[in-house]
Amino acid sequence: MIEFKDVAYGYSGGDLISDVSLTLAPGAFYFLTGPSGSGKTTFLKLCYRDLLATSGQVTILGQDARAMARDAVAQTRRRIGVVHQECEFLDHLSVAENVALPLEVADKTAARQDLEDLLGWVGLAGQADALPPALSGGERQRVALARAVIMSPDVVIADEPTGNVDWDMSLRLLGLLVELNRMGKTIVIATHDLNLIRAAKAHVAARVLRISNRRLVAAGVDL
Amino acid sequence: MQWRRLSGAGSAAERIVPPTGITARLTVFTAGAMAFLAVFALALSFASGRLAERWGAELAQSATVRVSAAAGQLEAQTAAALRVLETTPGIETARALSLDEERALLEPWFGPDMPFDTLPVPQLIEIHESGDGFDAEGLRLRLQAEAPGAVLDDHSRWREPLVAAAERLRMLGFVAIVIIAGATGAMITLAASAALAANAQVIRVLRLVGAADGFIVGAFVRRFTLRTLAGAAIGTLAGMIAVALLPGDDAGGFLGGLGFRGAAWLWPLLVPPLAGAVAWLATRRAAWRSLRELM
Repeated sequence: MIEFKDVAYGYSGGDLISDVSLTLAPGAFYFLTGPSGSGKTTFLKLCYRDLLATSGQVTILGQDARAMARDAVAQTRRRIGVVHQECEFLDHLSVAENVALPLEVADKTAARQDLEDLLGWVGLAGQADALPPALSGGERQRVALARAVIMSPDVVIADEPTGNVDWDMSLRLLGLLVELNRMGKTIVIATHDLNLIRAAKAHVAARVLRISNRRLVAAGVDL
Repeated sequence: MQWRRLSGAGSAAERIVPPTGITARLTVFTAGAMAFLAVFALALSFASGRLAERWGAELAQSATVRVSAAAGQLEAQTAAALRVLETTPGIETARALSLDEERALLEPWFGPDMPFDTLPVPQLIEIHESGDGFDAEGLRLRLQAEAPGAVLDDHSRWREPLVAAAERLRMLGFVAIVIIAGATGAMITLAASAALAANAQVIRVLRLVGAADGFIVGAFVRRFTLRTLAGAAIGTLAGMIAVALLPGDDAGGFLGGLGFRGAAWLWPLLVPPLAGAVAWLATRRAAWRSLRELM
């Protein structure tokens, strides 16, 4: 699905992550953990080609990230849903329009019933016409999740999706991601919240990856 | 519901760029002002062109023979000159001006009280050419031989610089239109670049959800082209009204001729599409450049 071979990424000050070699398997559920600033977001950005590795090779959905043309990057991102901690939307468009945006840019039509079902699935059935600035942190995360999955992507990447929400909402978001995983999607969640990882154990065989001293190590299912 | 518009062809793509902002007003205002100026430049070009043609046509078909001689010989010299002119191929008519006509010609310079009878005013003969005109050099030689006091003035000495000046004025009008188009393009490029920078979040979101560069460029290009078209349409209309309100021919002089005649009124209608094309090109270039700077 996504493969890293001897990958390093660094700024002028040196490597942030290095010697990363792993394959994210189809249908698997991953947690990526590590201290703040350890490179979790960088790793995720390499996964959806928002960054290019400074050395090594990243293969995304069968394509060498470095060799991808700009249009191919766009096509690939339609198969990878991304949820950020600081969700960004087009604030002048409604929730429903924002959720349907991936379809719009892919020149596809948003069926009303599908959109309503999707918003209902994330618990926002009554918020279709609301504007993003009027939403709470948890609602924004769920809108971002709905937007990330509307194209039925192969991979869903979530960067600290529970960073701005309370525990109940964290569990609710986790439940949605587990549900997606059961539908066959590969899930990658970056989090520093170990309780969330422990809570996930009851529902899914999650693999835990940890970034420590610039290296990515498999922490196993258990912590 | 508002989101239903998403399913309408192209409607959401048009709304992806936030509708408000200083750049929107700047674009409309710039396009309007430039279109207004372009209409005037166009009117200037047309007026200059008409002037050049009129001067060229009117003066090219006429000439004057000036007969100067002592008081007793003026009539004989004039008659001799008229005989030469009547037998010259290419001259349709040749007529000696009457005293009153000559007085009327001189009155603007010397006033009505000029003692015309006491002055040695030369006799003027007005010539109208036929289609092919006459051989000026040949006529000069014949006049010199048969009416030594007669001098031919075929107006070419002062007609040609005037016609050339009018032609240059017309060219200047067209150059002004080109400069206006260039300035419009530059200003819209600036406005589009500012809009792209101000909408960095929009671009980030679009790229995150898989928008190709062409889609993002298209959204901005559509917005700026439509704004420019709207501004240019308003400016063109205002310019056409202003030109129409200029004094008519009865005001006399060049100002009275500034404007459009007949089918020439259709030319200003080309200004909005031209401005739209400039905006399309300028925004497209600016947008592609901005996106290529991103990874």
